[in-house]
Amino acid sequence: MSSDLTRKSAAQLGELIASGETSAVEVAQAHLDRIAAVDPEIKAFLHVNADGALEQARAVDARRAAGEELGPLAGVPIAHKDVFTTRDQPTTCGSRILEGWRPPYDATVTARLRAAGLVILGKTNMDEFAMGSSTENSAYGVTHNPWDPSRVPGGSSGGSSAAVAAYMAPLSTGTDTGGSIRQPAAVTGIVGTKPTYGGSSRYGVVAFASSLDSPGPFGRTVLDTALLHEAFAGHDPMDATSIDAPVPPVVEAARRADVDGLRVGVVREFGGEGYQAGVEQRFRETVELLESLGAKVTEVSCPHFAYALPAYYLIAPSEVSSNLARFDAMRYGLRLGDDGTRSAEEVMSLTREAGFGAEVKRRIMLGTFALSSGYYDAYYGQAQKVRTLINRDFDAAFEQVDVLVSPTTPTTAFPIGERADDPMAMYLADLCTIPSDLSGNAAISVPCGLSPEDGLPVGFQIMAPPLADDRLYRVGAAVEAAFTDRWGGPLLDTAPELGGAR
Amino acid sequence: MSAITRDEVAHLARLSRLALGEEELDHLAGQLDDIISAVARVREVAADDIPPSSHALPLVNVFRADGIRPCLSREDALSQAPATEGDRFKVPRILDEEA
Repeated sequence: MSSDLTRKSAAQLGELIASGETSAVEVAQAHLDRIAAVDPEIKAFLHVNADGALEQARAVDARRAAGEELGPLAGVPIAHKDVFTTRDQPTTCGSRILEGWRPPYDATVTARLRAAGLVILGKTNMDEFAMGSSTENSAYGVTHNPWDPSRVPGGSSGGSSAAVAAYMAPLSTGTDTGGSIRQPAAVTGIVGTKPTYGGSSRYGVVAFASSLDSPGPFGRTVLDTALLHEAFAGHDPMDATSIDAPVPPVVEAARRADVDGLRVGVVREFGGEGYQAGVEQRFRETVELLESLGAKVTEVSCPHFAYALPAYYLIAPSEVSSNLARFDAMRYGLRLGDDGTRSAEEVMSLTREAGFGAEVKRRIMLGTFALSSGYYDAYYGQAQKVRTLINRDFDAAFEQVDVLVSPTTPTTAFPIGERADDPMAMYLADLCTIPSDLSGNAAISVPCGLSPEDGLPVGFQIMAPPLADDRLYRVGAAVEAAFTDRWGGPLLDTAPELGGAR
Repeated sequence: MSAITRDEVAHLARLSRLALGEEELDHLAGQLDDIISAVARVREVAADDIPPSSHALPLVNVFRADGIRPCLSREDALSQAPATEGDRFKVPRILDEEA
């Protein structure tokens, strides 16, 4: 029974726990056992919260026994990205500068997971301060892709994607600033959503680029992902950019799973040079599948998307240079060189030099450059204008179609080390995901098969207008249902066995 | 022609409060030059009459009721400090010798 439990969906686990066929404690223990068996190989977790998880699970079982009415995910385990503050567990953001930090408060997302009765198994690895597409920028080592441990699990939320793909948790959290949920979901064969900007709270999310950061859910199925989305999204008075509107009906949409008559636009600019042939092939097949399910497919041009990547690498680092100024070695985090002779400024510079990794330093300096006088108009100012043009491309496209689609990322998972010290090559992983971050709309990645040349998962991206997150789940669930039927089971069933016993 | 000189990169490091070593500076200078040359593509777009967007969606000012609510306790606020003295954060001297 125990090993079976890790194979169940979150929705199934919620039902099994609610009906009393199993307990939250039994489910938590099964996942902790799985983590003990396979995480030494995958390295998805920075911290495993074994005692705390069992305690939370016991509390859910007790509330159920007392006759309390609990939500659909009560007692279901979850892996939590280490960017979210947690009172009871360290929060490092993958950085030395926050090694061992115990935040004095919970992020709103963390608090809502607890309120929904989700059992937090631990904190997952990530690129330092969420800057990267591979988890190789973590100060605590790289996470391995369960499909092929010599490859990256994507990033920055690579610990969260690997944990779900390796059955260590049915659900996990992520944050998406340039693609950090959708790209890792794509390369590990799972589902990941970037909600509408402001649709999920940033309170207690260690800030990367505040105008872009969007917390969102991962799951193995579209319905599970929708259930988690609904559990933690929604208005938060603690976040000034939180949208004061109801959460779109994402769970209902995932159950509906129909695309008949839906207008689907294929983004013309996302294909061709730089795209792996197998990725393009699986993408085309998925578009044909949507047509066969009754969707009306047209091609749509978004000419300024070609400038989204350069605009992003000016806007995001500019916000980084400002946001990461808070790591000043004074009130929390690392402090080095404080020998009584050095000034605060010297201590700050030495601490930041030793506490930040290479990519974080690159981006801080790039942002400092883009914001400096004499360069501001030509770089940051111009990037903000390009952001307007990208918004207008989306507006024009969404007048013609209900959703836009593209490959999630141009290639399958790349080998560990291949792009580690080649920033421009690494940045290309986010080519197709960045426009939705710049415009703040909603987007999802769902698995659409294995690339024939390397047998690795390919992601299908669906983009919808702001606050139309439900459309992502309608289309995603329709694609999932049709493919599961065609493949005779979920894609993850074809993933290789990991070292641990199942 | 390079987009940024090594001296300019050293200046950025000082502004960024990063005590970079010489080798690291050499390495970063080359990479930043590549990145800046690549992102300079935004300048190809004719956008003189286009308004800038600083945010994903239109921002509105947010007010809350001016009510009393609990905040972090002094103990919680100090609990993660690198150094404390009494009920305060202890920091290195904030003025340089010559100041």
